[in-house]
Amino acid sequence: MLSDKDRIFTNLYGQNDWRLAGARARGDWNGTAELIARGRDAIVNEMKASNLRGRGGAGFPTGLKWSFMPKGDGPVPRYLVINGDESEPGTCKDREILRHEPHKLIESALLASFAMGAHAAYIYIRGEFFNEARHLQIAIDEAYDAGLLGPNAAGSGWDFDFYIHRGAGAYICGEETALLESLEGKKGQPRMKPPFPAGAGLYGCPTTVNNVESISVASTILRRGAAWFAGLGRPNNCGSKLMAISGHVNTPCVFEEELGVPLREIIEKHGGGVRGGWDNLLAVIPGGCSVPLLPKSVCETVLMDFDSLRAERSGLGTACMIVMDKSTDIIKAIARFSQFFKHESCGQCTPCREGTGWMMRVMNRMVEGRAEIEEIDMLEQVTRQVEGHTICALGDAAAWPIQGLIRHFRPLMEERIHNYKRLHGGAGRIDAPSPATLATLAAE
Amino acid sequence: MSAQTPEQPVHFAFDEASEAEIATILAKYPPERKASGVIPLLYVAQRQMGRLTDSAWVPVAAMDAIAARLEVAPIRVYEVATFYLMFNTKPIGRYHLQACTTTSCWLRGSDDVVAACKKATGIQHFGETSEDGMFTLTEVECLGACANAPILQVDSDYYEDLDGPRTEQLIEALRKGERPAYGPTIDRFNSAPEGGRKVLLDAGEPGQG
Repeated sequence: MLSDKDRIFTNLYGQNDWRLAGARARGDWNGTAELIARGRDAIVNEMKASNLRGRGGAGFPTGLKWSFMPKGDGPVPRYLVINGDESEPGTCKDREILRHEPHKLIESALLASFAMGAHAAYIYIRGEFFNEARHLQIAIDEAYDAGLLGPNAAGSGWDFDFYIHRGAGAYICGEETALLESLEGKKGQPRMKPPFPAGAGLYGCPTTVNNVESISVASTILRRGAAWFAGLGRPNNCGSKLMAISGHVNTPCVFEEELGVPLREIIEKHGGGVRGGWDNLLAVIPGGCSVPLLPKSVCETVLMDFDSLRAERSGLGTACMIVMDKSTDIIKAIARFSQFFKHESCGQCTPCREGTGWMMRVMNRMVEGRAEIEEIDMLEQVTRQVEGHTICALGDAAAWPIQGLIRHFRPLMEERIHNYKRLHGGAGRIDAPSPATLATLAAE
Repeated sequence: MSAQTPEQPVHFAFDEASEAEIATILAKYPPERKASGVIPLLYVAQRQMGRLTDSAWVPVAAMDAIAARLEVAPIRVYEVATFYLMFNTKPIGRYHLQACTTTSCWLRGSDDVVAACKKATGIQHFGETSEDGMFTLTEVECLGACANAPILQVDSDYYEDLDGPRTEQLIEALRKGERPAYGPTIDRFNSAPEGGRKVLLDAGEPGQG
């Protein structure tokens, strides 16, 4: 488990001053110009060597992503865009950086932007984080006043501006190209890729989009060295990561932990244990609602990192877990996610726009048990037809929790259908899509 | 927009405070990219309505004023205003109660929070405004503060770790014109575990090596 000396976010809870004076006391903005003097390639290579994988959910190597930006200086501007649209149900980690470690974010953004040849960075913060954006704006103003932002930022010779752009309540804007559309003043509807943002992103210019946490750890990695960061965690799952526990634990909280620690230990230590004891555990959703749930049997031994969770057909996602004890109606818990995805589908692709509503309606009947047994198979089939058939991953994200439910809790779903039939005399309306709709879905 | 309802004002003009905000906002984007200002200016208009009429919403006339200012077609503003949940396209109450009911909040008792909101305001269904015009209740999706669930967002502020009785107390306080401090409503420091933090126990400032 991570010791205090290896923590990156030392003011995670805001227990100390989050403003510039406090941040400087914690080591932020210390010798920033010297870090920049190492040069662009040295910074990118250090980030690559740290094996940092993106902290927003997909886990793509951050240093590699930075290296996709065009080399040298081009005629068009470049941008760093920071994704602070944290909206994945269960996820509440970037919020702590925004309100309690804003200077770590700003300094790291300067370092990252320099490494990619960008003179401006925009951070897109979800609209609901009003007070968090207010903290960050205060920190930005302090940084400008202290010469840490603006022309010759922090005495580095690099001109750099940092701007906040607030979203307005749309989960889809956490998808990087939808975010860019939104930042350009449009509806948040994802773009087709290619072109990838590194080629044509914000305003058609080369752009890198990184999660708040992925950017914020850069300054510490560069100061303490790639070897230090890569030495934490497990191979290919390096470093520490912000995590959170919500749901049925004794002490829900946000914390930083090393990757590769057993899930059970994390729940016991940080979450204060499952409400009513470990044996009262039903399931855990390990990293935001779009990753499939883990039944208790898996939770006993699984490690909390990208590859271990993937091997269990789930994922690390944002590493913000939702713990459910035995009092939970798990079908209802997942059905609520279906409602979420139906609400948040941008409506651009037919399989997602129609599929999320259909899945929600069937899931709502599954909660009651007002369904036929074979509809479980049909539901599973429809999730497969939505998955992979949309421009962005929202369709996949809507499909996976349902697949996880069916995989691990099918007997419960069947039992509920049988109970309903017993109580209601066997009548069960089959709410299947017409063959024509299914054919359309399959064709997309 | 087709919704030409009686409450739609015919005219909208930005006041002095809003103009100052707009100048700051437009300085963030390249001059030829001022369409990026659509969302920020919708916020400016909504806040101005809140300030002047006690109901923070965006009338069609304001959307037209934004379109003219940013030199985009009005439809570009209408479609943004209706795509994003946080813009109210019809009048709302003095206080906007936004209850998160997504799974993390639901597991920790958001049903009780919603019931308390309804009981304390007399509102029957989501989307309605109380008869006295004080409160509008909206069901919202995950607010991104799940470790402090359940959450009720009042206007821009998160009230965290709620239960039914504390929700009722909060609403009664708002009704009296008070504004309780936002954040956890139990004895807890931000998102640290209840009962005190288990990490970062060094009281001094740990260095960064």
